Amino acid sequence: MSAWETVIGLEIHAQLSTRSKIFSGSPTAYGAPPNTQANLVDLGYPGVLPVLNREAVRMAVKFGLAVSARIAASSVFARKNYFYPDLPKGYQISQYELPIVAQGSLEIVLDDGQVKRVGITRAHLEEDAGKSLHEGLPGVSGIDLNRAGTPLLEIVSEPELRSAKEAVAYMKKMHTLVRYLEICDGNMQEGSFRCDANVSVRRTGTTKFGTRAEIKNLNSFRFIERAINYEVERQIEILESGGSVVQETRLYDPDKGETRSMRSKEEANDYRYFPDPDLLPVALDAPFIEGVRATLPELPDLKAARFARDYGLSAYDAGVLTVSRELADYYEEVVRAAPKDPKLAANWVMGELAGALNKEGLEISATRMSAARLAGLLKRISDQTVSGKLAKEVFEAMWAAGAEADAVIAERGLKQITDSGAIERAIDEVMQKNPGQLAEYRAGKDKLFGFFVGQVMKATGGKANPAQLNELLRKKLSG
Amino acid sequence: MSELHHMGLAALAAGLRARRFSSVELAEAFLGRIERSQGALNAFITITREQALADARAADRALARGEAGALTGVPLAHKDLFCTRGVRTSCGSRMLDNFVSPYDATVVAKLRSAGAVMLGKTNMDEFAMGSSNETSWYGPVRNPWDPRLVPGGSSGGSAAAVAARLVPGATATDTGGSIRQPAALCGITGLKPTYGRVSRYGMVAFASSLDQGGTLTASAADAALMLREMAGFDPNDSTSVEREVPDYVALIEQPLAGLKVGLLREFFDKGLDPENERRIREALKVFEALGAQLIEVSLPNLPLSVPVYYVVAPAECSSNLARYDGVRFGHRCEQPRDLKDLYCRSRGEGFGAEVKRRIMTGTYVLSAGYYDAYYLKAQRVRQLINADFTRAFQQADVLIGPTTPTAAFAIGAKTSDPITMYLNDIYTIGANLAGLPAASIPCGFVGELPVGLQIVGPHFSEERVLAAAHGFQRLTDWHTRIPAGYA
Repeated sequence: MSAWETVIGLEIHAQLSTRSKIFSGSPTAYGAPPNTQANLVDLGYPGVLPVLNREAVRMAVKFGLAVSARIAASSVFARKNYFYPDLPKGYQISQYELPIVAQGSLEIVLDDGQVKRVGITRAHLEEDAGKSLHEGLPGVSGIDLNRAGTPLLEIVSEPELRSAKEAVAYMKKMHTLVRYLEICDGNMQEGSFRCDANVSVRRTGTTKFGTRAEIKNLNSFRFIERAINYEVERQIEILESGGSVVQETRLYDPDKGETRSMRSKEEANDYRYFPDPDLLPVALDAPFIEGVRATLPELPDLKAARFARDYGLSAYDAGVLTVSRELADYYEEVVRAAPKDPKLAANWVMGELAGALNKEGLEISATRMSAARLAGLLKRISDQTVSGKLAKEVFEAMWAAGAEADAVIAERGLKQITDSGAIERAIDEVMQKNPGQLAEYRAGKDKLFGFFVGQVMKATGGKANPAQLNELLRKKLSG
Repeated sequence: MSELHHMGLAALAAGLRARRFSSVELAEAFLGRIERSQGALNAFITITREQALADARAADRALARGEAGALTGVPLAHKDLFCTRGVRTSCGSRMLDNFVSPYDATVVAKLRSAGAVMLGKTNMDEFAMGSSNETSWYGPVRNPWDPRLVPGGSSGGSAAAVAARLVPGATATDTGGSIRQPAALCGITGLKPTYGRVSRYGMVAFASSLDQGGTLTASAADAALMLREMAGFDPNDSTSVEREVPDYVALIEQPLAGLKVGLLREFFDKGLDPENERRIREALKVFEALGAQLIEVSLPNLPLSVPVYYVVAPAECSSNLARYDGVRFGHRCEQPRDLKDLYCRSRGEGFGAEVKRRIMTGTYVLSAGYYDAYYLKAQRVRQLINADFTRAFQQADVLIGPTTPTAAFAIGAKTSDPITMYLNDIYTIGANLAGLPAASIPCGFVGELPVGLQIVGPHFSEERVLAAAHGFQRLTDWHTRIPAGYA
């Protein structure tokens, strides 16, 4: 057992996929030329006022319900005051004392298969800031306010994660959840889903929290794991050499694989939070909340349990197939079209299909093989038209040409030979051509059975039904 | 026909519709008065002569087609914190001296669509912070009754302009008395509506939970007409209230018999000048003559309104004014060395002393460790003051008392002592803290100087406040008095 225990809490920022911003009518689409998606409200012009986007509220409530949290009947927007060029109003509208969502939880599966429930302290709505641009602007900084006012849901976990791996598992689970709920596109590269990690260590067996460092803006699962592991080692090193950890904000440098200090607690801003007088408290009544509840999809955990139960899958397979709603839907569509063997369908979706997508860096939504088409192939495997081994060749041809399984099988003549007469004729031929081996086999060299299988398969172009071949061959060889 | 500048908004609108005079004639007449007075009063920051005449010509064409709105062709002025598209909106500050708004405030757009013709933007205390119009970057406005005196503030330019009949009406805003106090000091009618009655969109924010746009006019009848065109729910302002706008013009003749008029014990305190008190007491006799019943009521927490206000308003202002950072609009210092220098010098140069004082006060009361003791406590006392008013309105239909402790004071008399200046708003701040509609109407003179009477009503009772004011004005002629030199 290690002498040190790691304590991690995550603050996840999920960009809500509303069409317009949280307090203005500007579009939220990513990647537009700088400052083309910022109106007077986003620019913080004199006299303008924020108007809350109801869709963002609906999404926050949807999230709250999905993590069994308390939805506040009344929540309050507050101003977080600080000066920065990418913060046009000089304050960020956020929620402080009264967030819209509080006290939820999320279950994650640990390496040993144990389920751990991680507490969610709160989730609140806020607006994102703009961006400072430095590239190609010598001597000055540019400001792009397209992102200013984009709705964010900040999801704060309890400090209950005990390793970088647990943090990643939690982050991944949350990533799955927000996409299920269709409240966030989960695009980490574009920053739609990112987190700050609060990391501290303490002597194993003690209960008092150590001094924490906050690592800002982690936007990949790999970075989260590396940054936390680096930070834990750094803190343990300091403590073991008699030093003390400084409470501060740190940045992770993925090129160097290390965290470095950004600002200490003493330099931290006093944000002077107070309720925003431009916005009324968000009042939510039971009919509204129940209306949102009615739009909840089947959630990942329940879906996985159902897959395991109804399709006879292992917990692991069910988990993999339900990691995204699109993948789960795809799988179910395959099973609906080829209901005979759900396990076979799972193997193909997680195996060949996932491999092909991976190779081309495609999401399931961009697959070149429709579920119906894959089901067509599975049916030919089930009814023994094509052997499992040749099916892979069929799959590749289907993927490359965008063709149906039957067409590929016919065109390439890959139809399995199930006619016992034809198989027997092939066996006879092979036996005739290899009298020496036949004699050895009959003298007791059982190992040569495999040799005959191989020869017959070669003679039939791999198309002989393996089970039939085995049976007939054994019969014939034993004379 | 009386002289044009003696006519009220309703009479001017009627005269235009009857084609007794044209909008261009009106604009020329009033623009002439504005331009001739500018050296003496300094009531305007920007005079929009060209645009006004173009708009007046368009109004005349509409009138000729018989397509007249309620105010078609009637000239008005806007306090220079209402954003006006294509026209500088300075807020009386060097910070926004170069700021040309790309959009119209909702109030401006509504009055424009009612047909009003804007003649210019009126002077004001910087960012509406002041009670004397002495904090303006464009210099003080002078009181038309005596140029050595202040017109009050922060809507000093609008009040002086209406008092001197440079315009028949002007928009204004009231955060702690900025409509009613200058109305009192200039001898005109000022109306601050219920918080949420008039959209704040496009009104440059000072203290968002207190700011409310309203009117400065000669009479209550004119206020009713102007408010009817300005008021209403605005989807761009979440704090505006979705509630039908009554026809204030039609409702203004309501009889006052049986009206229960509450006299606030706390308003008749030792700070009230005895001469002013005498005028108020005389005015109460007029209400009795109208059939009103006087009762005494008490708001025990009202004396705390000034300290509460000077915590809440600066707190909100410190945050509202953070956007003036030299980055996107407004004053930007020359050759900034770095970001901090850009912030410090742009704001240091752009803001005046009173604005800085309030930003610092507000920053202090919101700071960690002080928030509970100041901001939170002030909010709690604000609730108590609200509750006091609610109780008072269970007994009285309207509350009546003085608007200000004294008549207009000399320019420079109070600038060295902010607290004395702040106490000038002691009777007006309560209505802002509670969000109540309140008017100030002239009720006599102390020497040569007008005295204001304040009428406060429950939430959304503008028609009652206006009817009370109008009833008084039917029996008196104080509101028709015009300063010598401007008659």
